[in-house]
Order: sequence, then C-alpha cells, then structure tokens
Amino acid sequence: MSNNKQPVCLSCGSGGVCRGRGFLTLKDGAWTNNPLAIQVLGICSALAVTNRLENSLVMGGALIFVCIFSNLFVSLLRNCTPHRIRMIAEVAIIATFVILFDQFLKAFYWDMSKQLGPYVGLIITNCIIMGRAEAFALQNPPVLSIIDGLANGAGYAVVLAIIGFIRELLGTGEVMGHAVLSSEWYTSNQLMILAPGAFFVLGIVIAIFNVMKGPVTEEKK
Amino acid sequence: MSETSAFVILIAAIFTNNILLTNFLGICSFIACSGQIGTALGLGTAVTFVMVTTTMLNFIIYHFVLIPLGLVHLQFIVFIAVIAAFVQFVEMFVERFSPKLYFALGIFLPLITVNCAILGASLFMVIRNYSFVQTVGFGLGAGLGWAVAIILMAGLRQKMRYSNIPEPFQGVPIAMIVTCVLAMAFMGFAGMVSIQ
Repeated sequence: MSNNKQPVCLSCGSGGVCRGRGFLTLKDGAWTNNPLAIQVLGICSALAVTNRLENSLVMGGALIFVCIFSNLFVSLLRNCTPHRIRMIAEVAIIATFVILFDQFLKAFYWDMSKQLGPYVGLIITNCIIMGRAEAFALQNPPVLSIIDGLANGAGYAVVLAIIGFIRELLGTGEVMGHAVLSSEWYTSNQLMILAPGAFFVLGIVIAIFNVMKGPVTEEKK
Repeated sequence: MSETSAFVILIAAIFTNNILLTNFLGICSFIACSGQIGTALGLGTAVTFVMVTTTMLNFIIYHFVLIPLGLVHLQFIVFIAVIAAFVQFVEMFVERFSPKLYFALGIFLPLITVNCAILGASLFMVIRNYSFVQTVGFGLGAGLGWAVAIILMAGLRQKMRYSNIPEPFQGVPIAMIVTCVLAMAFMGFAGMVSIQ
C-alpha cells in the first residue's frame, strides 16, 4: 500500500497522514462526536446492560475490542473488497469478533455471560461499529482506523460507565456491589434498575452533554 | 422446554415483556422514525412481518442444522445472514408483485436488517428454549408489541411539537424522557402474565 513509503508520524503513528491527526481522530471519536451522547447511536445496549456498573464496564470493553478489530480488518481489506458486497463483508468481520468475545465470556466468565444474555450477540447490530466501518475504516489506513475504533469504543464505554454508575448507585445504593449509600437513610429506588430508569438517565445524560456542547452542535448543523 | 402456552407468550410479549420498553431493543429506529403516525404504522407492520418469519426460519435452522452439526457458536452470524437475506428477498418480491405495497413499505425494509429487535427476538428464542409454536407466538407478540410502542410514541411526539421544551432537552432527550413515562405506564401490566 502506498502509505508504507511515507514516514510514520512519531506522535500518532498514523502512516504520515497526520500532523497530529491521530490525536484529532481520538478526540473526535471520544469527545466531540461521542457516538452515544452526541450522535445517539447504539443506545439499545446502552440502556439494557447499564443496570449495574460491572455489566456496563464489560459491555464497554467488548465494544472497544470489536470496534478496534473490525475497523482494522475492514481497513486492511478496503482495497480488495468489491463495493457492492462491502456491507455483507463488514457484517461478517464484525460478527467474527463478536463470536470470539462471546466464546471468551462463556469460557471464562459464565455468570457475566448469563447476565448479558442476548446483548453480547446484539453488538453485531450496534450501529456504532457498522457506522465506523462504513464511514471511517473504508477510507483510511489501518493504524488510523485502529485509533478511530479505540476512540469511538472508549467514548461509548465512558458514557456507558456513567449511566451504569448512576443507575446502580440510585437503584441499589451500591457501586460494583459494595454498599455506598447506607440503607439507614437511603431507600433504594428500584425504578432506576428497571426499564423506565434507563430511559430517564440516558435522557438526562444526553441533555447534559447538549448543555456542555450547546453552541458547537448548533453551528455544526 | 417451558410449558407456557403460545397465547400467553403472545400477550406477555406485547404488554408485560414489551421488547422495546423492557428489553430496549430496536430503539435506534424507534427514535428516528417515530415522527409521524403513518411512518410508524408502516415500519411497525414491516417489523412484525419480518420478525415472525425470521424467528420461524431461524428456529428451523437452529434446531435442524446448527445443533445436529454442532455449530451452535456460529448462531450470530447465521441468524444475521438469514435476516439480511430474507429482507433482501422480501424487498425484491414486493417490488416485483406489489409496487403499491413497495412504496408503502419498501423504504423501511433495508432499515429492518439493522434493527436489533429482529436479531434480539431470534436470540431470545434460543435462550428461552421455545418450541416452534411458542416461537411463532413470541415472534408475533414481540413484533406487535414493538409496533404498539412506536405508534404510541409517534402520537405523543406529534402532540409534543406544540409544547415548549427546554432547549437542551429538544430532540432525543425529551424522547427518552417520554419513553420513560411510557415504560412506566406499561409496568402497570406487570403481574398480568409473565414469561421468565
């Protein structure tokens, strides 16, 4: 590939495309265009697994893993994938890594696998991964694509952790299974663990992101 | 296999275990396409149809191909391939034989491939170990439940256009809050019937 001839940038390692473009990609994915809070993609799993912080962290890790590797392989194969079948190729690549992660969970963390249930498999239909493969990895060299996958996965994982933290704290008074709010003065609000709490917390979190970024998103549109 | 009758599963999947409001599946298109009742109705119909047929197909493939061959770990990729292929096929079929229906439903069909509720229904069918009749009941109930939720939401959002919403909440955040209230209302059905 042509990029191999160019010097590799030391600061971001992105095959000489940059002047800090790697960093920009990272910032763009994780913050400016946060897939979950700004673009509102892939919220299904964000709502379903965030009833406990532990589940949210595992799910975030899964998404980072799948996003990095699917981006890498889509990018590596981008010059030899016929345009017409690129979607099905992307789905096959993504599904491969989801299956790997699912098998890993089943082998070593059976309880966690039980708790996440169908939502591990549903990473395949998570629009973030498909979106990044389609919008970024198809046009960019592998190293930059890895960074983009990492950034978007991390951006997703962070918001997931925030929601999981709030819901577990308010819903059970615990964080990662350790009691934080004493049951003497805090009555745990079961609603937070159930479905309505998930919608409510996500709504509030997106609104807070909107406040923080308010004018910027307006200009972009 | 559980002993629950298919009819109970059907009712439960619509009301108490609504796939959208309690399992959070298919939220992306729920948020994106709930602007108008007409659109919601079209998408709801298409989802129900595809959900019933793909759960049936996936049941047959899972029990008669994947299990005998010991390929259960490939279920994700097989299910998603079946769904994508089926949707593509339906699209071509409808376009050829009923152009009218194609214009009403056609634009929603590609969207359905990436609707996680469809894949989710197939995965739930495997996890809950349904029999074939139960699978049909579940697929139909889940599809109808999804349709009911998105149509209700479309009605609410049409009214919401006239209300004065604080700026940071405009768009998606208020939709989530309204969904929260909707989910709470559906919790009122809890205890009527239940599936796991």
